[in-house]
Amino acid sequence: MKRRHLPIVLFVLVVLAAPYFLSDFRIALTNYIGLYALVALGLVLLTGIGGLTSFGQAAFVGLGAYVTAYLSTVHGVSPWINLLVGLGLTLLLAYVIGFVTLRMSGHFLPLATIAWGISLYYLFGNLDMLGGNTGISGIPALKIISWEIRSEREFYYLIWVVLLLAMLAVRNLLDSRAGRAIRALKGGVVMAESFGVNTPRAKMAVFLIAALTAAISGWLYAHLQRFVNPTPFSLTQGIEFLFMAVVGGIGHVWGAIAGALVVTELKQRLQDLLPGLLGQSGNFEIIFFGIAMVLILQWARHGLWSLILRLARRIAPNRSWRRPLAPSGPLPRRSLPASGTVLLEVKEVSKYFGGLAANQKMSLNVKAGEVMALIGPNGAGKSTLFNCISAVNPADGGEIKFLDERIDALSAREIARRGMSRTFQHVRLLQQMTVLENVAIGAHLRGRRGVLAAAMRLNRTEEAGLLAEAARQIERVGLTEHLFDPAGSLALGKQRIVEIARALASDPCLLLLDEPAAGLRHMEKQALAELLRKLRAEDIGILLVEHDMDFVMGLADRVVVMEFGEKLAEGLPQEIQENPLVLEAYLGGVE
Amino acid sequence: MDFQVFLLLGQDGVTNGAIYALLALALVLVFTVTRVIFIPQGEFIAFGALTLAALQAGKFPGTVWLLLAAGSAVAVLDGIVLLRERRFSRLPPLILANVGFPLACAALLWLVPMSNLPLWALASFSMLLVVPLGPMVYRIAFQPLASASTLVLLIVAVAVHLALIGLGLLMFGAEGWRTPAFTETNFEIAGAPLQGQTLLVILASAVLIVALYFFFERTIYGKAPDGDFGPHGRQAVLYPGCRDWCFFRHPGRAHYDHLLRFRFLDGPQGICRRHHWRSGLVSRCGIGRLAGRIARVLFLLLGERFQRGYCFHPHSSRPALAFSGFAAH
Repeated sequence: MKRRHLPIVLFVLVVLAAPYFLSDFRIALTNYIGLYALVALGLVLLTGIGGLTSFGQAAFVGLGAYVTAYLSTVHGVSPWINLLVGLGLTLLLAYVIGFVTLRMSGHFLPLATIAWGISLYYLFGNLDMLGGNTGISGIPALKIISWEIRSEREFYYLIWVVLLLAMLAVRNLLDSRAGRAIRALKGGVVMAESFGVNTPRAKMAVFLIAALTAAISGWLYAHLQRFVNPTPFSLTQGIEFLFMAVVGGIGHVWGAIAGALVVTELKQRLQDLLPGLLGQSGNFEIIFFGIAMVLILQWARHGLWSLILRLARRIAPNRSWRRPLAPSGPLPRRSLPASGTVLLEVKEVSKYFGGLAANQKMSLNVKAGEVMALIGPNGAGKSTLFNCISAVNPADGGEIKFLDERIDALSAREIARRGMSRTFQHVRLLQQMTVLENVAIGAHLRGRRGVLAAAMRLNRTEEAGLLAEAARQIERVGLTEHLFDPAGSLALGKQRIVEIARALASDPCLLLLDEPAAGLRHMEKQALAELLRKLRAEDIGILLVEHDMDFVMGLADRVVVMEFGEKLAEGLPQEIQENPLVLEAYLGGVE
Repeated sequence: MDFQVFLLLGQDGVTNGAIYALLALALVLVFTVTRVIFIPQGEFIAFGALTLAALQAGKFPGTVWLLLAAGSAVAVLDGIVLLRERRFSRLPPLILANVGFPLACAALLWLVPMSNLPLWALASFSMLLVVPLGPMVYRIAFQPLASASTLVLLIVAVAVHLALIGLGLLMFGAEGWRTPAFTETNFEIAGAPLQGQTLLVILASAVLIVALYFFFERTIYGKAPDGDFGPHGRQAVLYPGCRDWCFFRHPGRAHYDHLLRFRFLDGPQGICRRHHWRSGLVSRCGIGRLAGRIARVLFLLLGERFQRGYCFHPHSSRPALAFSGFAAH
């Protein structure tokens, strides 16, 4: 048995054994924990991993519950068909809501989730066909062939099997091409888009998944309770779901269960204890929860599960996540243009930030099989030009051609697809992810399997191919010993090299490198220069921004010098070194 | 709907709108300075009104205990900082302000029979009890996270909202109370009665909004919120190009760099362009845009009044409406 399956196996054993030790009351409570954990699991994916906060999940739970309640009582439809209808309806509604709200950034999105959370809640309470505030009673029990699931104990197995399957699916998803795209959302949309990740689609995917797990939880809830009313689907409950995920550890799949367990147990105890203590009855546990949530966010923002992990690491250290990579042949490569072909042509590109001209009528070109260096003092506009070329920050005027095609109106993602790849001046790696996974993001466009295939593990061949390719590129840049280290644990210079490996993983014909040698030691610089020479020999074109003159002059075939957003000089390294204008710009004038 | 009903409902809508506009202004101010979307705002309204009602009914308002508890927490938090920095001379004023004041209020309540006092005195006293809770809540819940993302601050705001709702239930119970109007004067306009209280509400809101506008737009003090936010507050003197701005008369004291960024964007030079991503966010909620927002809130509430008055809808959708008025840009 592989070691990383140990938690799952332990978990299954505990779930199987629990009914023999728990009273009926405890079993009922455990059922609710399972139902809540299902919603919290969706939130872990949405908020903890995708970085999209939602206070409105309770509304989707309500949707799942009301669809089956209504259809099974009024029209006598089988609950199993209702499940499909409910999921379909949730998918549709979540798609519409997501389409409208997911483009909002920062705190506007969570505010919007509050808004639709409230409106769906009022809808449940105000539709006469849904029984208004009294709700719907007499919902039939679930039936599997002839087995009627009536008792809490029977339901226990159903709920926890569903939860286990959902957890496995989410885990599989996270460990895949689609999952890496989702995890990249939090680390920066710019980077993900530059490697061809369709970030709006990735956001929509996690939003839909979170809505679906909530709807399944609602469906189970309706048939467990055999009665629904609007109260459990209010905004307060939505907040509580988020609270559970935060308490448990919003970044961990297991955090969902830990959070649901702790919050539900605590709530139960507090509801027993507080009215006696305070001398009156009411929902006073929310005082406690509110204060606890503030304290957790102040002191342990990563939640319970990360505390448990830290403890586990102390007991059994050195258990880093390693596994042998499945052997796989090389991925198909694009055909590279012949040496000397003009790859990139920048003509009179201008970029303004308000009144400041960051780039003014900049022109340059890069041919296949050459290293073109772009140099200039700090603030000369080199990175801005890079961002214009790779469409991270489109140009305001001028023309950019890549492989004889205008690209100045294309998105970063479309440009990546055409074979241009870049690194960033300020390293944009996902610090928590391993070097291997980071580099595999670069190969995003060389795979095509999506969320469903990943969740059901039908993507293994492709996944092996992508990871093997990533490992090959890491080996090529000489970082094999760091394959499974978190990217954030590497020295900054090495992180820059990881960025190059990631860019190479996309099989580019043009590489844009933004200060790749910064922070490297002498030997490492030599190795990097060696690597770039090798790439040049393979007919890849390289556009390089760099400050280290020795490095540039020893490597570049041609050099362009920028100052104040404009081109100062262009020529062979030798010419540039003797150009009086350049000397003046760098040394402040030759007297 | 005849003209009289129209006038009645319109009056009601404008009154509510005036109150909501004031709330919207408060939210904008809190957000521009702290980046906190202050969801617990509603609890402060409820606490203020319920404290007044309790005072009138001759009951002991629970807000006093809340003030004492929150004040003690602030005294402990800040006291630790002061002790650590060995600034002992500042301890007595800290304790006096945060613990002494609530205790004095409690003593006053015991000694003076409140229900006989005039309404304005009771209203002022309830404000004394509720208003200090604002800075205290900021100190306890938000200040330790002052550098966290807007998202984290939003989640904290929601958590504080939950806690305060629970505390409100504990202090005042779930029943409704009724307080008398400030004035019983009534007018008649085009056959529809116009209550003096309505005029007072509109007048008070207008005066406060105008006063706040002048305070923040026309005074040095308002432009450089001069708050000592402790050792963790970030220094505002970040942009050497902005020397001429009045903030720098208080170097090291003006910690509200986010407000500053927002202001700079209004300035003639694009010196803060590199912070555009953030200041743009803030400026969207800028005070300058407030007029539009107030109009929107008024419009929504008027609409809601008419809709409710017309079909007598059983369930209030007001929270959602007020929300959309706030969130829409």
